[in-house]
Amino acid sequence: MTEFTTWDILRNLLLATRWTLVLSLVSFVGGGLLGVLLLFLRIGRARIGRIFVKYYVELFQGTPLLMQLFLAFFGLGLFGIDVPPWLAAGTALILWTAAFLAEIWRGCVEAVVKGQWEASASLGMGYLQQMRWVILPQAFKIAIPPTVGFSVQVIKGTALTSIIGFVELSKAGTVVTNATFEPFTVYGFVALIYFAICWPLSKSSQMLERKLNVAHRNH
Amino acid sequence: MSLIEITEVRKSFGSNEVLKGINLNVEAGEVVAVIGRSGSGKSTLLRCINGLEQINAGSISVAGQPLLPDDKHLKALRLKVGMIFQQFNLFPHLTAGGNVILSQTVVKKTPKPEAEAMARRMLERVGLAEKFDAYPDELSGGQQQRVAIARALAMQPMALLCDEITSALDPELVGEVLAVVRELASEGMTLMMVTHEMKFARDVCKRVVFMHEGRVHEVGPPQEVFTKPKTEELQRFIGMVGEAG
Repeated sequence: MTEFTTWDILRNLLLATRWTLVLSLVSFVGGGLLGVLLLFLRIGRARIGRIFVKYYVELFQGTPLLMQLFLAFFGLGLFGIDVPPWLAAGTALILWTAAFLAEIWRGCVEAVVKGQWEASASLGMGYLQQMRWVILPQAFKIAIPPTVGFSVQVIKGTALTSIIGFVELSKAGTVVTNATFEPFTVYGFVALIYFAICWPLSKSSQMLERKLNVAHRNH
Repeated sequence: MSLIEITEVRKSFGSNEVLKGINLNVEAGEVVAVIGRSGSGKSTLLRCINGLEQINAGSISVAGQPLLPDDKHLKALRLKVGMIFQQFNLFPHLTAGGNVILSQTVVKKTPKPEAEAMARRMLERVGLAEKFDAYPDELSGGQQQRVAIARALAMQPMALLCDEITSALDPELVGEVLAVVRELASEGMTLMMVTHEMKFARDVCKRVVFMHEGRVHEVGPPQEVFTKPKTEELQRFIGMVGEAG
């Protein structure tokens, strides 16, 4: 039997970490872009858009991410479309992230007090002008901490894609364990790597919250 | 033709009728105080005039511009009549100067330098020239309200609606805001103000409107309204708020 050094284990895990990071980034950026679109539909004037996004969000918040991954991976297969794991993982995570971000951001827009709408309206601004110049700049500030905080959820969410065979950090952990029979060491490293990525983000989210609250005392 | 014409205006919130047929005209240059108990509909009336509340019946026009619910008419109307709020509602992400500049550049498309010059003039007018770069949370309540007045004035409205503009202020800050309003009144600005400052209403206003249960109950010059109230409701109200000075 081959002997594996600690460095062998760590090196393989770190190589797989690249894919965790890539998938996280793709999900977050893609989900963010789609989330902005959903947000504008959700707070827009068209009733149909609002209703569509409301149900979209409820659907993705009301089902486990794992099921969404399964549906993306196996579901499309039923129609004869061969979906590689990376595509299913990316698609499901983007859709999932978008739903949560749209909902977080909607809360931020609604957190802007009614008086701001009234004051800007009484000055003659139209809906889009109010949004652009008064509401969104304030909502944006409120949104930064929870958005950064949610990025941690996205990173941890990528671990689930190991189940449909996407080789990222968790999947690499399983593979390495199967080769080394040292589950505690391997998963210990896996956990530490996740922690090293997520902890700074959580921390910066908290710091931003404190900092922006000070700058945004609302009288 | 009066500057503000309110004809048979009715407004309900659900099944609760708050305004039950209001008729009131305000002439150009006139300063009108609207008084009455809370719940009498005075703030609602003010908010109907610039379309912040939609009326259910009747009509309103300001300087010949009718109140209609579509965006284009609302904007045209709101350019004629500015509003000051109880809670100031300054934009917290902009400086005092930025607050006064924004709507000029966005709504009127005034070039930035002109809008800034106007903002400086208006802030000077309310005695806050040196606060141009201060953010709202660095200002006292009285200063914030004065910036809000400057912001409304910068749009060069023909009339201003003041909705209990001193009610959220500490007592020692009320005076500075009322001084600004007094100044505006003396310059001939048309003002319609919902207020609890009876002394101010008496000193500055040309006419006092007493509202009761969604109707204009009594109207008259302040001397008459405060010293010789005709109706029992007004007598009781004046007794309640204390003699006006």
